[in-house]
Amino acid sequence: MGDTIFALASARGKAGVAVFRISGPLAHEAVGRLCSLPAPRRAGLRLLVWQGDVLDEALVLRFDAGASFTGEASAELQVHGSLAVVKAVARVLGEMPGLRMAEAGEFTRRALENGRLDLAQVEGLADLIDAETEAQRRQAMRVLSGAIGRRAEGWRKALIRAGALVEATIDFADEDVPVDVTPEVLGLIDVLRAELQREIAGTGAAERVRDGFEVAILGAPNVGKSTLLNALAGREAAITSEIAGTTRDVIEVRMDLAGLAVTVLDTAGLRETEDRVEQIGVARAMERAQAAELRVFLLSHPGEVLMLTPQPGDIVVLGKADLHLDEPHAISGLTGRGIDALIARIADRLSEMAASAGAMTRERHRVAMLRAFEALESARSQLERPGGATELVAADLRQAMLALDLLVGRLDVENLLDEIFASFCIGK
Amino acid sequence: MFHVKHFDVVVIGGGHAGAEAAAASARMGARTALVSMQKDRIGVMSCNPAIGGLGKGHLVREVDALDGLMGLAADAAGIQFRLLNRRKGPAVQGPRTQADRKLYRLAIQALLSQQVGLEIVEGEVVDLIEGPGGKVTGVQLLDGTALTAASVVLTAGTFLNGIIHIGDQRKSGGREGDVASIRLGQRLGSLGLPRGRLKTGTPPRLDGRTIAWEGLEEQPADDDPVMLSFRNSRPAVRQVACGITHTNERTHDIVRANLGRSAMYGGHIEGVGPRYCPSIEDKVVRFADKTGHQIFLEPEGLDDHTVYPNGISTSLPAEVQFDYVRSIKGLERVNILQPGYAIEYDFFDPSALRPTLESVLSGLYFAGQINGTTGYEEAAAQGLVAGANAAAAALGLDPILFSRSESYIGVMLDDLISRGVTEPYRMFTSRAEFRLHLRADNADQRLTAKGIATGLVGADRVQFFAGKMERLSAANALLAERSCTPPELLAAGLSVSRDGARRNLLQVLAGADVTWDHILLLEPRSAEVDPETRLQVWRDALYAQYLHRQDAEANTLQRNEAITIPADLQFSGLPGLSNELSAKLQRRRPSNLAEAERIEGMTPAALLLILAHCRKSAQARTAVR
Ligand SMILES: Cc1cc2nc3c(=O)[nH]c(=O)nc-3n(C[C@H](O)[C@H](O)[C@H](O)COP(=O)(O)OP(=O)(O)OC[C@H]3O[C@@H](n4cnc5c(N)ncnc54)[C@H](O)[C@@H]3O)c2cc1C
Repeated sequence: MGDTIFALASARGKAGVAVFRISGPLAHEAVGRLCSLPAPRRAGLRLLVWQGDVLDEALVLRFDAGASFTGEASAELQVHGSLAVVKAVARVLGEMPGLRMAEAGEFTRRALENGRLDLAQVEGLADLIDAETEAQRRQAMRVLSGAIGRRAEGWRKALIRAGALVEATIDFADEDVPVDVTPEVLGLIDVLRAELQREIAGTGAAERVRDGFEVAILGAPNVGKSTLLNALAGREAAITSEIAGTTRDVIEVRMDLAGLAVTVLDTAGLRETEDRVEQIGVARAMERAQAAELRVFLLSHPGEVLMLTPQPGDIVVLGKADLHLDEPHAISGLTGRGIDALIARIADRLSEMAASAGAMTRERHRVAMLRAFEALESARSQLERPGGATELVAADLRQAMLALDLLVGRLDVENLLDEIFASFCIGK
Repeated sequence: MFHVKHFDVVVIGGGHAGAEAAAASARMGARTALVSMQKDRIGVMSCNPAIGGLGKGHLVREVDALDGLMGLAADAAGIQFRLLNRRKGPAVQGPRTQADRKLYRLAIQALLSQQVGLEIVEGEVVDLIEGPGGKVTGVQLLDGTALTAASVVLTAGTFLNGIIHIGDQRKSGGREGDVASIRLGQRLGSLGLPRGRLKTGTPPRLDGRTIAWEGLEEQPADDDPVMLSFRNSRPAVRQVACGITHTNERTHDIVRANLGRSAMYGGHIEGVGPRYCPSIEDKVVRFADKTGHQIFLEPEGLDDHTVYPNGISTSLPAEVQFDYVRSIKGLERVNILQPGYAIEYDFFDPSALRPTLESVLSGLYFAGQINGTTGYEEAAAQGLVAGANAAAAALGLDPILFSRSESYIGVMLDDLISRGVTEPYRMFTSRAEFRLHLRADNADQRLTAKGIATGLVGADRVQFFAGKMERLSAANALLAERSCTPPELLAAGLSVSRDGARRNLLQVLAGADVTWDHILLLEPRSAEVDPETRLQVWRDALYAQYLHRQDAEANTLQRNEAITIPADLQFSGLPGLSNELSAKLQRRRPSNLAEAERIEGMTPAALLLILAHCRKSAQARTAVR
């Protein structure tokens, strides 16, 4: 049947082990390129080697068609759960011809089609898939909300424009449209290529350092958020004063926590207020805090009810430990008590995240950009070839659009037609 | 007691959709009646005298591949054949011809009269006959005659509640010279089908004897004409040239000064018009900085001096039309034979249709302009689908479905059904994601076998097609078998890298600057391949490597299309579907998974749930049996 798909299948959270599942006609061949295949349904300890480099030592399982979750030939690689290993394995699998990352729900769909699941099981799994796609969407949205977002918006425009120019010369050859659109299309493609290339190169460690994880510190006014931030950063970033509500805006401090780039957000104190300026501060704080990867709640007294409810995995601690000397887990930015323990907890949570979903989604973005880049390369060489075929340029541009779907949103022919009709006077 | 006649299929309307529907139904072996207001107006071209073009030419070839009429009639009437995009690749070339109006109409009428099993009935349909369970079982004519049938195909074009606008004057009409279809329009309105208004326009017709042709640029027919039908190889009648002229600043000033008197700009029209067929008013307003717009002066026939000025459709008052037309070079002394006008008409939301073009009323099929499309070719292609499926249903045969991955017909049906329309829908090649495969030149290779299997294709064409396929596969086999080493290729004068890889001659042929002479050097037996076949082998080979890339996409699509959603599946009860999505699904009623996937807001999880329920009800069904 269809192509061969793979995905990180292990549950989220720090498990020490990450499981890749591969399913489809090339599943065994793909694993065979990394190590020798164990007997069906037997686990084998293998070194995964790719182009001379050892990726990891893994537990490898092989399932034959008819005796697997999906019903297809499939395999599992249980590798070490480190971010680097997961990324490397995902990249190597993605680069193998005929393999691609699975879409949400694709394993389940195959299992269903091959009669391996019943309706009740699918209904159970559907919730999971919804959660997964939602997480992916949120991840994409977050990635796209900043500088990359603005760039992706530019990509979208450039793709539409280039596609429209090429399509106009094809579909409206008899009309008043420019005959030679090559220079403009080439210009658009070159800018796109350059930006994609930069972005692809940057998705590695450097990018992670620059982008970092966001951690929001939340709590009632004057509970010591700013003092805590200063203690974490080791410098006076936020103004600390005794007047409640001093931090009216969101203050960001970048730092390195246990090797991970982290942006700590110091937010305005969460409280109902009449002060318009402060209201804005509170609203912004809530917004930013909700978008952050992790929230640290500082309570002024045990059992305090805050305006924002902690999400699963968030950290809640008691602040102003200097006033609560009897509380063992309380912290104090002033005296430094409990700070080290808190840093360790934050770092733990973030490494967990880095090891699972985050890495995978970013890898997905990287693969998408790489595909788009290759398609644009192909379009470019077709355009530059004397007598190059316009319809093939159009086909390549379409491939690029499909590849970038995840990053720039769906582009279809209606977008191109809108651009064509807006730019050229079509219609005899 | 009024007269009652019985048929398998009744087709309402003798436009391009109706003619094709009736012929297709009769070819399938259904006893068919074609009812139209006036017998001698069957096959009339309402607007521009041309058939084919980009996307449209593809549709004509597909209709032809299924043994339809349009290509044959266009070839009989063609007076200026031009292959559009001749200098681009075959995938985006579209055959087109200027057609002699009278010859076209007569060709269609002749083809219909030769069709066995088809009766032409003159009359106006004023009512539908409904049987038990709301199924449509026939039609009622104005004179009281009743025609009963298992299936009815409606192709009333621009006639339903049609209103013609010229300036601030408005009158009822189906198009110039024809009365509108009001009673049927009202009857359909009472059925509660989702309905809307669209508009389109046409330019004034000119007297060619009063045009100063001498000073105008000419656009001749191709020296080496390409026909619309696979069955023909040369034009049937004399070829003529078109003239080319341009509007100018004065023209634009006149239009601008009178915008308020245009039906469209004076606010007389509510319907939405096509962006790709703007009126001269639109052009002047939307592209204000352009100082001239091109106009093609197209002769309407060999013995007709009417000229169709393509590019200046309008709904300005007749006297303003006279002024602006006379401001144009070559038209300074021209006489207008008939002023341009805009027409507004009813259409039905096509997203409520099944892929067979059956409407929500069982037994009633819709095709052509009433589905929100525009153009003869789009109408003809839908007519064929509706007629064939109406016949299939009447005869108890399986429905005949078309996929996006296999035909422009499939692209159009899917676009209409899964997206609906916001402006009159016209075909473009860019709508086809599998464009490299869906070429005009291989429409028969893609579709004729299916036509034969379903009974749509007559014996003559079966034979013709078999001969062609035999020649093609022999030539393909010859070239595929012979593989060459790089030194051999270099010796034949080809530039290849010395990578040691052998290439077969099909791969070699796909290379840039390779001609059949190279092939002859490498495989002398290829001398026996006739020129037509050589060309087709080359066209197929050219895109082969790109087609592999699209295969995965096409496979997924076909797999999803093959999963049919039971007509009785209740989306509203499905656990796990959001209310919004299930309401949308319930309204749109996708008939297969591919259609469901294209619905806005669809999620992977929801698709999976639908799939699981399709599986479940399929199992339940087989268990019952
Ligand atoms: C003014 C005008 C401008 C146009 N401009 C363009 C354009 O710019 N570009 C373009 O591509 N297309 C244009 N068209 C559209 C083109 O003419 C149509 O797309 C095409 O003719 C549609 O074919 P059809 O078979 O759906 O309907 P039509 O060709 O309209 O045929 C309808 C048929 O139904 C019959 N009929 C209607 N009601 C009844 C009834 N109650 N009983 C019996 N018979 C009935 C009529 O007699 C007629 O034979 C224009 C049409 C008009 C009128």
